[in-house]
Amino acid sequence: MNLAEFDQLWVYLSGNPLLSLLVTLLAFMLAVRINKGLGGTALVHPVTLSIAMLISFLLLVDMDYGTYFEGAQFIHFLLGPATVALAIPLYDHRERVRRLLWPLLAACILGILTAVSSTLGLALLLGAQVETMLSLAPRSVTSPIAMGIAEQIGGIPSLAAGLVLLTGSIGCALAPGIFHLLKIDDPAVKGFALGLTAHGFGTAHAFAKIGAVAGAFSGLAMGLTGLVTAFLLPLLVRMFGLG
Amino acid sequence: MPLILGMSVLLACQFIGELVARGLTLPIPGPVIGMVVLLVGLLVFGKVPKSLRLAGEGLLRYLTLLFVPAGVGLMVHFSLIGNDLWPIAVTLVVSTAVTLVVTLWALDRMNRRRGNGR
Repeated sequence: MNLAEFDQLWVYLSGNPLLSLLVTLLAFMLAVRINKGLGGTALVHPVTLSIAMLISFLLLVDMDYGTYFEGAQFIHFLLGPATVALAIPLYDHRERVRRLLWPLLAACILGILTAVSSTLGLALLLGAQVETMLSLAPRSVTSPIAMGIAEQIGGIPSLAAGLVLLTGSIGCALAPGIFHLLKIDDPAVKGFALGLTAHGFGTAHAFAKIGAVAGAFSGLAMGLTGLVTAFLLPLLVRMFGLG
Repeated sequence: MPLILGMSVLLACQFIGELVARGLTLPIPGPVIGMVVLLVGLLVFGKVPKSLRLAGEGLLRYLTLLFVPAGVGLMVHFSLIGNDLWPIAVTLVVSTAVTLVVTLWALDRMNRRRGNGR
């Protein structure tokens, strides 16, 4: 039997989608384990942790993002059908949603105005570059929508996607403390605020940590926020004199 | 077969969503429109078929995993983020906290007022 040279083996493996797919799953499982070991704290979100581990791994073995994504895209693709599937918990809790529809819509618009104006105001105050600012503006919105909006108003779409993910993990980390501080215990309210602020991250967090009701409202908030922001943001950007 | 049937329904809704989004050049992504399509479909049909629940809830259980590949893409923008590190970090944390507080406060107030009104 002839053993292939290790470097040849590596050349084969690193160009194969199998490796990045497997590494992604392993990193995620490890991150979930570590998070559980730390008592399930929201400060070390399994997603943030696995992203950090994977970036370190890619830098270590000198693999570029494009090559990694060739394998990881199979996981990424499932985001589409998963977003569609959010209709199921929404349908399950339709009575509650119907009863709360107007307050929810009002809270949604208020939340978006707060998110966008505090983002643009702070970034302006702290002297960020215009491109960065415009990529920051849609950060409360789920990444595929945010990328479209960023492009429309003159930001950088892929940077916007990254900032959206950071917002998501920060939102999940801050939420439990803020719930406690404001003495919120209605799962519908918790879920809605999470979905509005932290989009899909918040929704996933609401499902996993709070329950199906919170998850349903979070999914609703995520969809609504995406739709409303797509219309409001270009107007707001013009108001700040950046458009 | 139920898993395949459920997955087909989800993908079909996404497909319709993409068609609508592209066809009308909306800035809204196809899957979000697909979610609306499925919701309307469920309201008309009147219940969630077992196959759809199996596929949909399976995906939703692992929703967090699905964000990982896109998140790793942050590595491409290290230099850009480095240039504006402080403005970005402060803006993200403060603005996220403020948004959470305002939304929670508003919803909680409206919720309570409704509760007391009855």
